[in-house]
Amino acid sequence: MSAAAATWERTIRFWEASVGKKVVMAVTGAILFLFVIGHMLGNLQIYLGPEQLNAYGAKLHDLGPLLWAIRGFLLLTVALHITAAAQLWWMNRAARPTGYIRQSWVQASFASRTMIVSGPLLAGFIIYHLLHFTTGDFLSGGLAYTADGHIDVYANVVNGFSYWPASVVYILSMIVLGYHLSHGVWSMFQSVGLNHPRYMPWIRRFATAATVIIVAGNISIPVAVLAGIVR
Amino acid sequence: MRIILHIWRQKDANSPGKMVRYEVPDVNEHMSFLEMLDVLNERLIEQGEDPVTFDHDCREGICGACGFVINGIPHGPQPSTTVCQLHMRHFKDGDELYLEPWRAKAFPVIKDLMVDRSAFDRIISAGGFISVPTGSAPDGNAIPVPKEKADLAMDAAQCIGCGACVAACPNASAMLFTGAKISHLALLPQGQPERRDRALKMVAQMNAEAFGACTNIAECEAVCPKDIKIENIARMFRDFISASVLKRAG
Ligand code: FES
Repeated sequence: MSAAAATWERTIRFWEASVGKKVVMAVTGAILFLFVIGHMLGNLQIYLGPEQLNAYGAKLHDLGPLLWAIRGFLLLTVALHITAAAQLWWMNRAARPTGYIRQSWVQASFASRTMIVSGPLLAGFIIYHLLHFTTGDFLSGGLAYTADGHIDVYANVVNGFSYWPASVVYILSMIVLGYHLSHGVWSMFQSVGLNHPRYMPWIRRFATAATVIIVAGNISIPVAVLAGIVR
Repeated sequence: MRIILHIWRQKDANSPGKMVRYEVPDVNEHMSFLEMLDVLNERLIEQGEDPVTFDHDCREGICGACGFVINGIPHGPQPSTTVCQLHMRHFKDGDELYLEPWRAKAFPVIKDLMVDRSAFDRIISAGGFISVPTGSAPDGNAIPVPKEKADLAMDAAQCIGCGACVAACPNASAMLFTGAKISHLALLPQGQPERRDRALKMVAQMNAEAFGACTNIAECEAVCPKDIKIENIARMFRDFISASVLKRAG
């Protein structure tokens, strides 16, 4: 067997093993977690005024092919995350064909038991979010543009969140994201084997803090728009 | 005290089962849970009924033979305790208890509360051993083992293979068991020569037995009568990843 074929075979074997799929979940989860942090830092520039936010948006758009490469990479990451999750879920359901008549939980958290619910909800939210602020299909009046032809991110955000049902969807979705991250962030360390009694308590604290900051930071924007602070 | 039991009764692997209600009116608080079932069984036999089948052997909490689910918790509500070491003083008069067998595709029910756990044996046969020349015993102190490693290996080796981790896991995953068995040998010098092969083969066997995959819920750790920690699952991941990446052949 050639070296390339052997490597390919080994990659397949890694993916087929439950442990390999979990590693894929963790690594793609880590990439998406970093993206969510970056995305929030971008969003928060709304508090620095329209010029700052629009200039940031223009800078991203002017990346051109690189922007599409990043989008493609993120799409691939999401696809791998979902595929591994779906296959593991299927395998896990098959592993317990008969359930318990009485079921109690000693320490399993609500978030850890509902990843399979929060995950698809977030996938739905991402699609809605893209149709809302990226393509403008779900934005009343469509996307607004600045005088120099760039997207007027600031005006779109104010327009989008002024419609309160949209704001409610975003706020609820961020709470779902909070649940997903509260279990996912520390899990991605465990799933690549990073669990050490000296560091695990800090990893747990980091996961909680990151979750709270991301949820609060993102929710603050629709709230600020509805409250008339950002307009 | 009076205890009301709802017990899963199933004639054999191929028959459907159902919950049946029993009452034990005169339970002594010093009885172990299994002794209470013995009393129930004696009465069932006297009445010409089929006694409740459950697995047990040492009744000292060390062999791993016993175990069933009490009100949704494997080995019952007392932490770090096998059901044979669980005493009736932890329950109160009039308690209603639901007894069910371990539920997993890989653990088919043999009868009532007894399941077939030979899937665990096959995971061990796949790699949970070290190869040593037989013959004269090696000199006890020939291989130095640091105290910390010896302690960690002993913690992992405490696993009695009862299967409570699988029973507690919503995914019926055997990763706590397999992680403990891999860790116990990976921590010791004697376990090093076969370390990479072991991780790959035991994980492969675990999948072949149709156990589920861990979702880091950590319910296994909470019910384990021997307090095996999910840190051992992480060690299995480390060994599996490094073996997948670094192994030269195969
Ligand atoms: S009978 Fe041996 S551990 Fe319970």
